[in-house]
Amino acid sequence: MKLLLLASLNGITLAALYFIVASGFTLIFGMMRVVNLAHGSLYLIGAYLGHDVAALSGSFPLALAGGALGAALVGMAIHYFLLDRYQGDDLRQALVTIGLSIIAADLLLARYGGLSYQFELPEMFYGSMPMPIVGGYPIFRIVLIGLAIAVYLALWLLVQRTRFGIMIRAGVDDRHMLGAIGVNVPLISTLVFGLGAALVGFAGVVGSSALSIAPGEDARYLLSSLVVVIVGGMGSLPGAAIGALLIGLAEQIGLAYFPTYSIILSFVIMVAVLAWRPYGLLGRPA
Amino acid sequence: MTISPWVGRALLASALLVYPHLATDFWIVSVGAYAMVLGIIALSLTFLTAYGGMISMAQMATAGAAGYALAIFSAHSASAGMALLPWPWAVAAAIAVGTLTGILIGIVAVRSQGIYMLMSTLAIAMIMFYLAQQNTTILHGFDGFSGVAVPRVGGVSLREPLPFYFLCLTSAALLYALVIYLVRVPFGLVIQGIRDDPLRMASLGYRVWLHQVMAFAVAGFIAAVGGVLSLWYHGGISPGSIGITATVNVLIVAVIGGLGHPRGAFIGALVFVLLQNFAVDLVGSNRYNTLIGFVFLVIVMASPDGLTGLWRRLRGMRKGSLDGGVVTQKL
Repeated sequence: MKLLLLASLNGITLAALYFIVASGFTLIFGMMRVVNLAHGSLYLIGAYLGHDVAALSGSFPLALAGGALGAALVGMAIHYFLLDRYQGDDLRQALVTIGLSIIAADLLLARYGGLSYQFELPEMFYGSMPMPIVGGYPIFRIVLIGLAIAVYLALWLLVQRTRFGIMIRAGVDDRHMLGAIGVNVPLISTLVFGLGAALVGFAGVVGSSALSIAPGEDARYLLSSLVVVIVGGMGSLPGAAIGALLIGLAEQIGLAYFPTYSIILSFVIMVAVLAWRPYGLLGRPA
Repeated sequence: MTISPWVGRALLASALLVYPHLATDFWIVSVGAYAMVLGIIALSLTFLTAYGGMISMAQMATAGAAGYALAIFSAHSASAGMALLPWPWAVAAAIAVGTLTGILIGIVAVRSQGIYMLMSTLAIAMIMFYLAQQNTTILHGFDGFSGVAVPRVGGVSLREPLPFYFLCLTSAALLYALVIYLVRVPFGLVIQGIRDDPLRMASLGYRVWLHQVMAFAVAGFIAAVGGVLSLWYHGGISPGSIGITATVNVLIVAVIGGLGHPRGAFIGALVFVLLQNFAVDLVGSNRYNTLIGFVFLVIVMASPDGLTGLWRRLRGMRKGSLDGGVVTQKL
């Protein structure tokens, strides 16, 4: 019972992180049909930049802002210079992002080496919160769950309640018509790409505070984003939340009960969803 | 002046046959044979893409499944010199495992199309990598298998430079011929019909998904042969052999050569292997991946149908024809 509860709590924490990463992925796909396979690289870029900012300034909030902003700038540059010209050619765009992810991984390895880094967290995040049955649970992980909920609400408000959000939704449905009524669609697209990249950069700082940063993490978060949006449905924010919860829980519960086969559980969930609803639980055909 | 295609083919064949008698072991094995091993695995992807309109990121994982199977059945450094099966049976079993893996991946993958298929097969490939890494009981976890015995035929090890080169050359030639044959028989025509218009093929009465899964089976078989040769080449297999880098390398090879024609797989493999071996002189030993990523990016942006497409277009331009032979992939 204690093991199950602890695994579930860990699963929800992991789901929170997966959600923030995948929300950026699904937002970018929803608006532009771009499968950004450099998403994991943006995670690493955010994490490393956050680490640099923290090392220079000693401030955790500044590190969060630095990681998100840095990733956003890189993301916007990628979209503006390399992806926008291939609008509509989704395979070409995916291939370009694969090429970028190879280069990014290698350059980050050159700059930061193969060692893993960890953040010094502010004092208030250390320690654990008393809880029934499991005894206590690290405060930072609970903060992480709160952050994911905040990101969800903020994105929901942005997409549903602001003028910018109206343009995003209109662009998802018909980008040519949106352009025809005088909206600068390429600018909106670049901003959305920046927003998606900012989310994953932010997740990079948060994730590497809860866990650690090292080469190879890019592949891990790319995989989690892929599986989360395949399960939840490409382009759907609630879908990403449901997908993240399913995959996070499956991963941690699997790891607790059958560690040498746990990854198969995620696989089974993905296959079951593809068999039942090929576009994901909340997805719709393109 | 135009040369008959058969003259070109005869020249290529004799060059491939004479080459190992003139070259050093490094050029025979690390360049020649390895390019063919890599080319075979990339061929399995090119077959799916060029004729099936499907893109699979799981071809390295499929080859890896065959490689792992062969390693388990063979004598290796952790088996005290004991092989589970005699080598012809072990090879047959490994190829069966690879083909079956291809079929299973195909059943899942054909649920989605185009870019969604790329995503789901990439996810499957990475899940297989993490499974190989975390499974210590059967797949030996992080270490994998090393010191795998390579069979001896008539007292000669197949891993000797010349026998290995000709083994790879024969396999590559046979598989290439298989692909060329398959796309001309009814099965291949149906596959190409599905690539162009799945709805029409369905209304003509063809079971679309079954043919697509069969294409994955063929690709699985090709990749499995590549996996067997790759295991012998490296003398072992570990999760890194099917990791994200290896997975993406297959795509790089196929894209550099060109996804439009099976010969692109081998041209891409040769360029890739040459880059791999001589990047040290260009960018130093450490920044090899930056170079390969950059080359890949340039090819993707400049010529989406790779070097074979570039060649076709250049030739078209010289002849002054307007349709420079640009192959547009419908994915």
